[in-house]
Amino acid sequence: MSPKKNTFKDFLKTVPKNIFSGFVVSLIALPLGLGLAMTSGAPPIAGIIAAVVGGIVVSLLGGSYVTITGPGNGLVGVLLIAISSLGINDAYGAIICSGVLLLILGFLRLGKLADFFPSSAIQGMLAAIGLIILAKSTHIMFANPEFQGIPLSIGSFTLFEEGSVLALLFGIPKTIIGTFSYENSGLTYAALAGIFSLIIMVFYPKIRNKYLQLVPAPMWIVIISIAFSYYYEMVLNLPNPIAESAMIPAIPSFNEVITDLPEISFLKIGQFGFWSSVFALTLISSIESLLSIKAVDKLDPEKRRSNVNKDLKALGLATIGSGFLGGLNVVTVIARSSVNVNNGGSNRSANFFHAFFLILFILLFSTQLTRIPLPALMAILVYTGYKLASPNIVTKIFSIGKEQLIIFFVTLLTTLKVGLITGISAGVFTTLIIHIIINKNFSLFFRNLMKPNVLMFKEQDTSNDYFLSVKHFCSFLNYYKLKDKLDAIPENTDVIVDFSMCEFVDHTVMENLNNYQELFAKRGGHFEVIGLDMHGTDSKHPFALRRILPIPSLLSNLTRRQKTIEELALDYELSYESNRNKKIHFLEDFLFFRTKKINHTYNQLSDDSNSIRLFDLEFSEGEFIAKEVVRTTMMYVELNHEIPEFTLDREGFLEKVYAFAGFEDIPIENHTDFSYRFYLLGEDVKAIQAFFNDELVHFFESNPYYHVESNGKALLIFGKERLANIKEIKVIFDFGKRLKKVVQQKNILKSTL
Amino acid sequence: MHQKPFHIIGIGVAFSPNLKANIHESARLALLFKATLVLIHVGEQSDQKKQELEEILQPFTAQNLSYELVFKTGDPVDVILSTSEEKKVDLLILGAVQRENFLKYYVGSIARKITRKANCSILLMIKPSVERITCEHIVVNGLQDQKTEQAISSAFYVGHTLGASKISIVEEISQQEVAINVDDDKSLRKATIVKERIKLREETRIKKIVNEIPKKYLEAITINSQPIFGKRGYSIGHYAQVVRADLLVMNAPTKMTFWDRLFPHDIEHILTELPTDVLIIQ
Repeated sequence: MSPKKNTFKDFLKTVPKNIFSGFVVSLIALPLGLGLAMTSGAPPIAGIIAAVVGGIVVSLLGGSYVTITGPGNGLVGVLLIAISSLGINDAYGAIICSGVLLLILGFLRLGKLADFFPSSAIQGMLAAIGLIILAKSTHIMFANPEFQGIPLSIGSFTLFEEGSVLALLFGIPKTIIGTFSYENSGLTYAALAGIFSLIIMVFYPKIRNKYLQLVPAPMWIVIISIAFSYYYEMVLNLPNPIAESAMIPAIPSFNEVITDLPEISFLKIGQFGFWSSVFALTLISSIESLLSIKAVDKLDPEKRRSNVNKDLKALGLATIGSGFLGGLNVVTVIARSSVNVNNGGSNRSANFFHAFFLILFILLFSTQLTRIPLPALMAILVYTGYKLASPNIVTKIFSIGKEQLIIFFVTLLTTLKVGLITGISAGVFTTLIIHIIINKNFSLFFRNLMKPNVLMFKEQDTSNDYFLSVKHFCSFLNYYKLKDKLDAIPENTDVIVDFSMCEFVDHTVMENLNNYQELFAKRGGHFEVIGLDMHGTDSKHPFALRRILPIPSLLSNLTRRQKTIEELALDYELSYESNRNKKIHFLEDFLFFRTKKINHTYNQLSDDSNSIRLFDLEFSEGEFIAKEVVRTTMMYVELNHEIPEFTLDREGFLEKVYAFAGFEDIPIENHTDFSYRFYLLGEDVKAIQAFFNDELVHFFESNPYYHVESNGKALLIFGKERLANIKEIKVIFDFGKRLKKVVQQKNILKSTL
Repeated sequence: MHQKPFHIIGIGVAFSPNLKANIHESARLALLFKATLVLIHVGEQSDQKKQELEEILQPFTAQNLSYELVFKTGDPVDVILSTSEEKKVDLLILGAVQRENFLKYYVGSIARKITRKANCSILLMIKPSVERITCEHIVVNGLQDQKTEQAISSAFYVGHTLGASKISIVEEISQQEVAINVDDDKSLRKATIVKERIKLREETRIKKIVNEIPKKYLEAITINSQPIFGKRGYSIGHYAQVVRADLLVMNAPTKMTFWDRLFPHDIEHILTELPTDVLIIQ
């Protein structure tokens, strides 16, 4: 174990940096908190209260290091529904109850909850949340807050009614067009402030000026709008041109927040709507927090591992406190956390200082904040919403696989039409159905769901690697079993995860494994996934789901390659057999297979006498960890007389492999070019030199390179260590036939002499 | 140490396509263990059947195999169990069934009932073959259990007789035993230390058991002690499959109730998913 450090002294050293990064984060948290609360339909101060309570409680009790807590983007949709259906007072009740549930989740160690959701479904849900934010904030940004959207119905069937998210989205163009015809110039100014703010948000990251970058974009918006209003008031002595109705409503002073606690009501606790809100709040806040913690851990320069369950408990407690003070749910937020890391935040004190500065802002500037036009604030949220639902996400998911896109859209549309809980459930259900359809196998999932399918052990040889073998299937349904094992491995060791006994691996698992790979690489370990070579995938994306493709045994179920081989067989008057063939003894005395285990041959083409055979072959190489199943296409040519045993390959390719066996390149007289280009070896040097006459040497020199081996009675010919395509099959077949002719002719010549 | 050599080997015979392979395997084992082979057929006796069996056994009778044919009608489970008790069978050989289209084997309902009730050791074979395939690598269960000592010593006895070159003794360490939940770096360090300690403790325990095994059985066999982390009874099968072992030696289950079948553990897991040939030591 590492020696005990003087932790307090170390801590003091980091304080100045954390104060600074806390300050920078608070600059973002202030406008974002106000904006998120307003989009959710709560008083603007609610967002600040959530950030302050969260910052204090989680920094004292949490289990993560560089995270920042506060009001979250994800909750906007749920809070909106909760507040509009229950009223603000009962919504506070729901927030408190969800805090209690979060606390319970933490105690039950359900930090792994987020692992049970397929990643495409989560993506879909986040995109839906982005659209909800967009739908809500765009109209306010264009100073048209009362707009209820355009309802649409086909005949008597209502696609979406007035006020729904889809109607609001559908109505965005109308609001934009309407901006040009406001009768009240104050509203036009307000809309302009919104558009200007959006321009700041979009172009800010593209400007590389170190003085400009000192203050984050949202804070620029705040500073500029306050300066603008003061300019009119103090210099021009005119009233602010932006309409009064488009300003942030009064923000209570610090004393008012403490003394005028909101009325919290639990009157609707018996209602279904209350609890569905509570569950939605709990689900979304836990998912958002867990995903954020996972992402922030990757950013941590000190590579610490967060205690997720401890953090959940702290977040639950913070949410309860925030609810009682009139604040929103407290969650871990990714964007503010990464700003924290970038500005040198190194421990939980940064979160604390971010809360401290927020209190300071409210204490000193609560009246100034009312000078910010709402459209300007909403521009920040439009930007956030767009980033969550950006079209890039769709193209990215499509590149992983078409099926992921179905999951994504089912979740997205269900979430928008019905609600978050239904949406995510629909996503999970669709994923499961798609997995069953893809594998055409229900029992694979049903039979093996509860089985402990992951085996882990530390290899007892010198390497001391951790080896994990996964059986049956590995998808979001049972990923937690693999995760449990992986989490128990120190990240500076070597890990090998073997999927060769696993028939199906889904996208969620592939993505998570990739995360582990990064994590291990960062912390000095090594994480490797093997055994997926036999698995097929529909897309080239590294995260695409994979399953074992059985070799079809029925003629009717041939793959395209097999069908073409079948045609080729007809063309060349050969017989074709697609089945696996276990009769592989004829191959065993070739030198090539001395260290390899041949499994079977399949897709065999053969002539009438069975002396020429061309087949795909599956063999395994190495043992255990290094075991690799190789599939390749080979040709076997039986000869009607004895020839010397030899192995021929292109120069430089085989030398390394065979050097240890004590073989040496056999030179052929008068053919330096041949000797230079080819590597020839065998035991009976004299016989081989006699066998390689001019004609044979010329043949090899003027044809493509192949690995050619003789076992005395037959020749084995193959190209690459992979399956050949149809073109390559034709070439190798032609090569083999001609080679046979050359070798046989020699024999005829010899016997006639 | 208590050692129970196999003097009488029993096999249930059905006239299936596997008949020849099954008989060849068991006859070979009988010769290796210098044991008497008892062939139990559930059904009427007929000269034709008898003749067929004798024909298959011919190459082995030439090598002085002593065997006995038993024909009896009745319920297969009862017949095989009662006959093996009557004939004092030490080792009963049962064939496994291959799941269609799957490269997976499981124990059929009759064989499973016999496995649960039998008082003798049982060998479940997944791939009987007419030709002899050498048994190279044996995996044996090293759980902390009263019967483990016997299982390990039997594994060495069998390994020695079959000419195996490697025996892996596997201890399954469950999460409950580690008893530390990994939450952060600190608990991870703690858990890793605990695991290391358990590993050392298990290794000493296994060493002690191995030390008591007669030296002649240890000759030419590499011993490998391997702690694995996983579910008891299930993960050892998985391990045997991963290392491509030829034989897995397990303890017999202590008792089997209805609940054990409903919530499978230990041996029941292995029966639904045979990783390789399995020898259950009674």
